[in-house]
Amino acid sequence: MKKSALSFYIFVVMLNLSCAQETENKVITPEKVPFIAELFVDDLLIPWGFTFLPDSSILITEKSGELIHFKDGKKSIIGNVPEVYQRGQGGLLDVVAHPNYADNGWVYFSFSSAEGIEKGGNTSIFRAKITAKALTEIQVLYKAGPNTTKGQHFGSRIAFDNDGYLYFSVGDRGARDDNPQDITRDGGKIYRLMDDGSIPKDNPFVDQDNAKAAIYSYGHRNPQGLIKHPETGEIWNHEHGPRGGDEINVVKKAANYGWPLVTFGINYSGTPITDETSMEGMETPIHYWVPSIAPSGMAYVTSDKYDNWKGSLLVGSLAFQYLERLEMDGKKVISREKLLDGKGRVRDVREGPDGLIYVAIEGKGIYKLVPTK
Amino acid sequence: MKLLIPLYGCIVIILGMFLFQYSELTESMERGNEIYSDFCITCHLSKGEGVPYTFPPLAKSDYLMNNREQSIKTVKYGLQGEITVNEIVYNSGMAAMGLEDEEVADVMNYIANSWGNTYDSIVTEDEVSKVQKE
Repeated sequence: MKKSALSFYIFVVMLNLSCAQETENKVITPEKVPFIAELFVDDLLIPWGFTFLPDSSILITEKSGELIHFKDGKKSIIGNVPEVYQRGQGGLLDVVAHPNYADNGWVYFSFSSAEGIEKGGNTSIFRAKITAKALTEIQVLYKAGPNTTKGQHFGSRIAFDNDGYLYFSVGDRGARDDNPQDITRDGGKIYRLMDDGSIPKDNPFVDQDNAKAAIYSYGHRNPQGLIKHPETGEIWNHEHGPRGGDEINVVKKAANYGWPLVTFGINYSGTPITDETSMEGMETPIHYWVPSIAPSGMAYVTSDKYDNWKGSLLVGSLAFQYLERLEMDGKKVISREKLLDGKGRVRDVREGPDGLIYVAIEGKGIYKLVPTK
Repeated sequence: MKLLIPLYGCIVIILGMFLFQYSELTESMERGNEIYSDFCITCHLSKGEGVPYTFPPLAKSDYLMNNREQSIKTVKYGLQGEITVNEIVYNSGMAAMGLEDEEVADVMNYIANSWGNTYDSIVTEDEVSKVQKE
């Protein structure tokens, strides 16, 4: 009898241990940080994305539709930006310079576009060059459809991998039961294109009837972080969960990330979406956040300017207004650290060509983390 | 007896007006609830409770109750700069949502008459259209 009580006790303990995921680790606020945050570009409202050009100047998108060029401490406006569909989370969104920008001059953008016959808007990707303070040679590479007047989940982060493929995300556009699990529809997907917008012949669904051939992975909710992992060359994303259940995923060809069939989150009203947190044939995130931090922007630290930061992931938190550093061991999160607490809603974070970290914060601007060692 | 007929008529008319406004308000609030779930709930949360020091509450918010025009303006055009709600200072800003005037009226009616809030009259599309950015 005693033996069975003991084995029951061990069973309970083991069950608890096996359920304890690293996300339950509290985020730690460090006593000392290896930097001083210096306001580098001031006076920005919602700096949604930014990218460095070879001359160390910065292109910055304002959600409202302005494109700003910051050079030698001065801001100037780049004109001829396509009109954005101003609704909810829509706007002029990400901006990324082509990896070979120095040779080809292409800059890639995402925005909410009203192009099309239906009322409303949806995510669009275009590339353009910059001549005399204006966008020129604008080429629309993708326009998700159909348009909808829903205000949420445009996705919109852009990344390039080592082979020159262009990846971007489109969120579920507020139609979670229609879009993410249906590969014949846009929304709730990560897409892969050639850098000129053509569709790679080996995309996973090119031969499938009616499928959107640009789709690379599906079952996403609203990915607003997308990077190339500089060591493995993989594409990683993070995405907003509903209430709880923000995720970090390694993006794999043809993979299904499960939204809304599996999630660690619940509805905003507090009612459940599903009891499932994993399912056969669906990817499990390498990390999830409960409660949601509302992640936006992601960077992988490659420089050794900040003590032991090399190899860490940096993720902005809109909801709790801080920058999170996730210390990684491969695909495993070892610890989480809260930086820049209370500075404001962190919209984007990038590592500059100087190896320093730059952080875009709403209502403030772009901070440079100046190392203190 | 002669008085009774006009009195009856008056009661019918007043009751009719009241009921008409009532159903107009409920319908507007229903539409507003949908807009709220689309545009507002991610920050202000499902019961309008907000997040202290980050996203101001709408439920029992003194700001919303006492500043009708400014509240409409905020929903219509967004807000930058500091505001104080229930004695807590907020400074995170809110982007314009790009709502049409009718939608602003609907979502205003929803938030101003839910979670213990009440406005003494319905917000109309016409009223919203007259609120200018300044």
